[in-house]
Amino acid sequence: MAASGALAASRAAGPGLTRDQLLELYYYMRLTRSLEERLVNLYRQTKVVGGLFRSLGQEADAVGSAYALDRSKGDVLSPLIRNLGSMLVHGATPLEILRQYMAKGDSPTRGSELNIHFGDTVRGFIGQISHLGDMVPVMAGVTLSFKLRNEPRVGLVYVGDGATSTGAFHEGINFAAVQRCPLVVIVENNGYAYSTPTSKQTACTSFKDKAIGYGIPGVRADGNDVVATYQVTKEAVDRARAGEGVTLIELVTYRRKGHAEHDNQSYVPTGEIDRWARENDPVDRYISELSTQYGFSISELEAIDARVKLEIDRATDEAEASPAPEPLDALRGVYADPAAAPVLWFREGIRSAVDRHERPSSWGTHDG
Amino acid sequence: MAETTYLEAIRQGLFEEMERDPEVLCLGEDIGAYGGAFKVTEGLQARFGERRVIDTPLSEAAIVGAAAGAAHMGMRPVCEMQFIDFISCAYDMLTNYVATARYRAFLPCPMVVRGPSGGYVRGGPFHSQNPEAAFLHTPGLKIVYPATASDAKGLLKAAIRDDDCVLFFEHKYLYRRIKEELPTGDHVVPIGKARLAREGRDLSIITYAATVWKALEAAEQMEREDGLSVEVLDLRSLSPMDDEAIAATVKKTSRVLIVHEDTVTGGVAGEIAARINDLAFEWLDAPIKRVAAHDVPLPYAPPLEDFVLPQTADIVRAARWLARY
Repeated sequence: MAASGALAASRAAGPGLTRDQLLELYYYMRLTRSLEERLVNLYRQTKVVGGLFRSLGQEADAVGSAYALDRSKGDVLSPLIRNLGSMLVHGATPLEILRQYMAKGDSPTRGSELNIHFGDTVRGFIGQISHLGDMVPVMAGVTLSFKLRNEPRVGLVYVGDGATSTGAFHEGINFAAVQRCPLVVIVENNGYAYSTPTSKQTACTSFKDKAIGYGIPGVRADGNDVVATYQVTKEAVDRARAGEGVTLIELVTYRRKGHAEHDNQSYVPTGEIDRWARENDPVDRYISELSTQYGFSISELEAIDARVKLEIDRATDEAEASPAPEPLDALRGVYADPAAAPVLWFREGIRSAVDRHERPSSWGTHDG
Repeated sequence: MAETTYLEAIRQGLFEEMERDPEVLCLGEDIGAYGGAFKVTEGLQARFGERRVIDTPLSEAAIVGAAAGAAHMGMRPVCEMQFIDFISCAYDMLTNYVATARYRAFLPCPMVVRGPSGGYVRGGPFHSQNPEAAFLHTPGLKIVYPATASDAKGLLKAAIRDDDCVLFFEHKYLYRRIKEELPTGDHVVPIGKARLAREGRDLSIITYAATVWKALEAAEQMEREDGLSVEVLDLRSLSPMDDEAIAATVKKTSRVLIVHEDTVTGGVAGEIAARINDLAFEWLDAPIKRVAAHDVPLPYAPPLEDFVLPQTADIVRAARWLARY
């Protein structure tokens, strides 16, 4: 992977962020990291039912990019599995995340879906599926609606390095480019798609070059620099809002954990993970930047850490007390109408099934 | 001899076929050094090299399409879908291109598309699917879905040697949960032949894949508690389907319960019921009944998944109802 120092992202103009905003970026990065650490504890206690997907080392790219959207304007975000930080910035709560992972009945999906796979059109994030690349055409349509209705809203879709190999990615970004949809496409290049290194994913040297083929601007930035990530995304968001169409942004980062918690990363060259952890941790980098460049005191940051811990503790207690879903709830919500699928005849205690399967009183042909 | 798991049996089948035929190659995501998400291809790349065990980009359509092209040229590709749920990304290639190739253009497609399928593992809606019915409706594709380690190995070898495209569904719940002593030698199980998993007189359960084990559990319970003698037919192959074995069991017991894990509407059970109607209607003493999943995307939370998927208790309840009819 390229050394992050070689990445071009002009910081000369200053961050364009207030002191409160700079602190808010830190809050969301810390919240993301600490919430995932809590989830690891719960996973080890087998309270997380399915897999656990980490974004360790990628908090800056998720938080900084989502922070460039304007929720007050109705901007919409389409997160991926490593965009917990983006979702928190866009209004998802730790309680929701914890309930989702623990498959609780009052989780956003009522137990029907896993982890951060959920959405809310009011807050403006769209629930993803596991099939990678599929969200790009969906977000082309979301942003097409903004264009057709002359709404000054912007969409942001994340894909990983792997998803750029799919047909859906290609078809979606091309459609959005042709239609000049107000869409920002972020390729989070974290080095690996499951075990597959970027060199086996694409023959391109940089994902930003893919933009050439779609006739849209492509830029590349250091995804472990939260302010740079914010800035590069903000420029693309502003372009989109001004009617100038799609931008492809490659954010270079590094996935320090496996694809999911079970993955032992045996395929990673020795020392690579440690090097990124030691030399290029986005949280460490930002702490040092906040203190040396912007003059924040460590106690200010520690106060945020304490606040984050308290929030997560409270959310954990509440989520653990949440009830499991009721079995019959599984049948709700497949269609708008009718509200629930019928219960199958062989299930215990279902009277209607017995009624429906009773024998007629007479055999043979009925006469009316 | 040691017992072999369902997963290891598949891996053995791949090894033996790659040893036997230099035209066999494997394509898939993370199948090389990593050995696949479930380690089915572990050690394959070390043995046969990167040219024959290819880590592909994340591109199911390209994996299947490229396999078809190589198959036209006489190679025998085996494609792995990391989870069978992702086969939908290659649906166009499979149904429009591969399935029609021989019929419309005399193009052979001796290829296999295999992958971990099925639920009971808390995998949620996108890591638990059973998409066999979507492909059963496509002429030109063969479909197998083994329930035992021995059949998994033998059917995989048959699939690789078959001159048409075979979809090979592997049940991930069974991967490490069942094992048996495998037949020695070149163990090939013919495609299109069902297996009588349990003999009985009073009632037949026709099923395949993981629910074979649930049907066997139910049969044992009913023998113990009700004195009922329940036959279990494991179809193994869905396309072609073993009509002869289906008719034989119906004629023997005259009562049929069809069980599958996939959702009920448009599922394979409907097709089996229609065939029984054609083949052996006069022998029936009761309506043909189905036990299958509710018509919803498979939910993640344990109480929901358990409710939606067919369980042993459901089979027992339905079979008792049929036996009393």
